[in-house]
Amino acid sequence: MDVGIGEYLALASILFGIGAMGFLTRRNFLIQLMSIEVMLNSVNVMLVAFNRYQPSNHDGQVFAFFVIAIAAAEAAVGLAIVISLFRLQKSVETDLPSALKH
Amino acid sequence: MSTSNFVLFLVSGGLAIVGAIGTVASRKPLRAAVALLLHIIALAALYLTLHAELLAALQLLVYAGAIVVLFVFVIMLIGPAAEVPSNPRGKITRLLSLVVGGSVMATVSFALVGHTAPRLPMLRNEAGENIFGTVEGMGVAIYQQALVPFELVSAALLVAIIGAIAIARSRTPQEQAVVVERQAERIELAAARDAELAQATAKVGS
Repeated sequence: MDVGIGEYLALASILFGIGAMGFLTRRNFLIQLMSIEVMLNSVNVMLVAFNRYQPSNHDGQVFAFFVIAIAAAEAAVGLAIVISLFRLQKSVETDLPSALKH
Repeated sequence: MSTSNFVLFLVSGGLAIVGAIGTVASRKPLRAAVALLLHIIALAALYLTLHAELLAALQLLVYAGAIVVLFVFVIMLIGPAAEVPSNPRGKITRLLSLVVGGSVMATVSFALVGHTAPRLPMLRNEAGENIFGTVEGMGVAIYQQALVPFELVSAALLVAIIGAIAIARSRTPQEQAVVVERQAERIELAAARDAELAQATAKVGS
């Protein structure tokens, strides 16, 4: 059996869909952040798969490297916001915050 | 591509999907974090089938070693409140999103499966060795083609760290009030102690 680029892209699209559905349907801030990580990872799979079929340069892998670095920064800031939100309203439910409404 | 590569793709891809579903569907955040760990390790194995050795190592170091641990720290810090009770109001929305998202994913992956691309020769260094995806190849690519973005990313990480500390340390008005109260108490206590000390010294002097 042979694995072509299509299988990798299909896997990446499935992972992205799972992450997007989790982000949209869950009400837990922590799990929504984890869903974002799943989506970022699926994009990385796609970049690395495209790079595998154009192996005369490293563009896709370098891009995936930067995505990993930015994902780390995003997770740090997001979790700091989670802690701040928890101290303010003793819950991490994303339906509750309404201080910026109107 | 060889059969072992195909088996590795099936196993790691399947585990990645299982981990992603576990992350998204768990009621308890700690279970979601462990499922995310499974997802990340499976993706690191998947990168190995794509000749991205350095990225596989980085995935394990940064994601499994830093981000998941950070998530677990925050879950431990928050405690039982990290679990949000599910609201029954969203059931129809949830079902609808599952149907729409699932059909989109099925269509896209059905259209993509089976497509393939020609296999081009891999990048080699002057000695003729294959350097695609290795530390040498990626290092050359990052430091020769992407030096400015690389430096900017280090600055972005520094800003993110400082921002995270600033956000997590800021106090709510209630907490600020408690702090001010405690400070006032401490000042009162110190004043009382000073007065006692002054009295005692006055006694000794007389």
